[in-house]
Amino acid sequence: MSSGSIAIIDSGGANIASLLYAFKRLHTDATLTTDAGLIKAADRVILPGVGAARDAMRRLRDSRLIDVIRELTQPVLGICLGMHLLADASEEEDVECLGIIPGTARKLPGDTSCPVPNMGWCPVSQTADHELLSDIGAGAYFYFLHSYALPVSECTIAQAHHAEPFSAVVGHRNFVAAQFHPERSAAAGSKLLQNFVGIHS
Amino acid sequence: MKGVKFRNHRVVGDIIELAQRYCAEGADELVFYDITASPDGRSVDRAWVDRVAAIIDIPFCVAGGIRSVADAEDVLNKGADKISINSPALETPQLINQLARRFGSQCVVLGVDSRQQNGGYHVYQYTGDPDKTAAADRHTVDWIVEAQDRGVGEIVLNCMNQDGVRQGYDNQQLRLMRDNSHVPLIASGGAGVMSDFVETFKVANVDGALAASVFHSAEINIADLKRYLIDNSVDIRPAG
Repeated sequence: MSSGSIAIIDSGGANIASLLYAFKRLHTDATLTTDAGLIKAADRVILPGVGAARDAMRRLRDSRLIDVIRELTQPVLGICLGMHLLADASEEEDVECLGIIPGTARKLPGDTSCPVPNMGWCPVSQTADHELLSDIGAGAYFYFLHSYALPVSECTIAQAHHAEPFSAVVGHRNFVAAQFHPERSAAAGSKLLQNFVGIHS
Repeated sequence: MKGVKFRNHRVVGDIIELAQRYCAEGADELVFYDITASPDGRSVDRAWVDRVAAIIDIPFCVAGGIRSVADAEDVLNKGADKISINSPALETPQLINQLARRFGSQCVVLGVDSRQQNGGYHVYQYTGDPDKTAAADRHTVDWIVEAQDRGVGEIVLNCMNQDGVRQGYDNQQLRLMRDNSHVPLIASGGAGVMSDFVETFKVANVDGALAASVFHSAEINIADLKRYLIDNSVDIRPAG
């Protein structure tokens, strides 16, 4: 595994601890930061996110990180809300996002037979080759916790199904993003994080 | 398969050891309850939350005595994925709105203790202490509808008539609440044998099933249960 540095962008939401612990279990150092210098210099960058898109975008703007993130050239992983932040926009309170990954996060359709939020373990099927998903079995389960999702698009590398199919993992240039929480997805999630650390840049 | 409900009065070493065991067996989520927190007017002792977050790689929820946004923030910052509120939400329903706005609905679970009485279902509170348990003067259906309007993202329905008697989940009640829930609904109370789990998924169409005593006592092994559920066409993540 690469011994390079990992910067986790502090987008202000709660529950960053579980991500830090996940890297600790992989014996990989990760630093939570809003420091532009540290983020630019890191070998890997993670954009997590819990909460609402508007708040998170405001915090990135307040920390003067909008252009910093857009200009990153090393591998970057968005997680859950972080995936939506990397996209063009989110329907959640109609927020314009970073515009790096094409697409808009849409509200999941649902009813009493298909509840929203989508909370729980769903099988994920890979639809395109990508290092991020190496050695992760077809139909592996990951843990989801969300009400919005990116539709399936040309950037989709894995999809999952709720009332309809949506993007579980997307990839675009050096940016990848997962709708699920790899840090809470047992062995499959841990493998994905390990793959991200080892990705060829 | 939702996983496991931890009651209070366990020392931290026990909690960590059990959490590891359940993770290894293939539990999908753990719920840690401090059932005496609300009746005593105190909050959960949270030193263990960090330690649990560090060792387990599946989601977990903390319940008991979360009375404010600050309480919830503390628990979530220590690495919990969700917080569950019960009696404090009955005292101050507005708390649900505050928590959902701050952390998002997906972090906010409503625990409901419900009992059939005079042909209807009624909510109880302070159920952690038999001396303080009291009817909350609300119909269960009304309460879960209101709580969803206020922003809860999941409902754990503990059917008190069934709790501890191990005669199966109260699927009639759960079915009624299912028809009134557009958020995930988790069955709690009554699991005794493996077929009880199959039945609640099939009859009540719940999103998860919670159990405690049958797992703590090792009467049911989670890996065996998951194989049994899959053999019976319940769509879940296979163990290990």
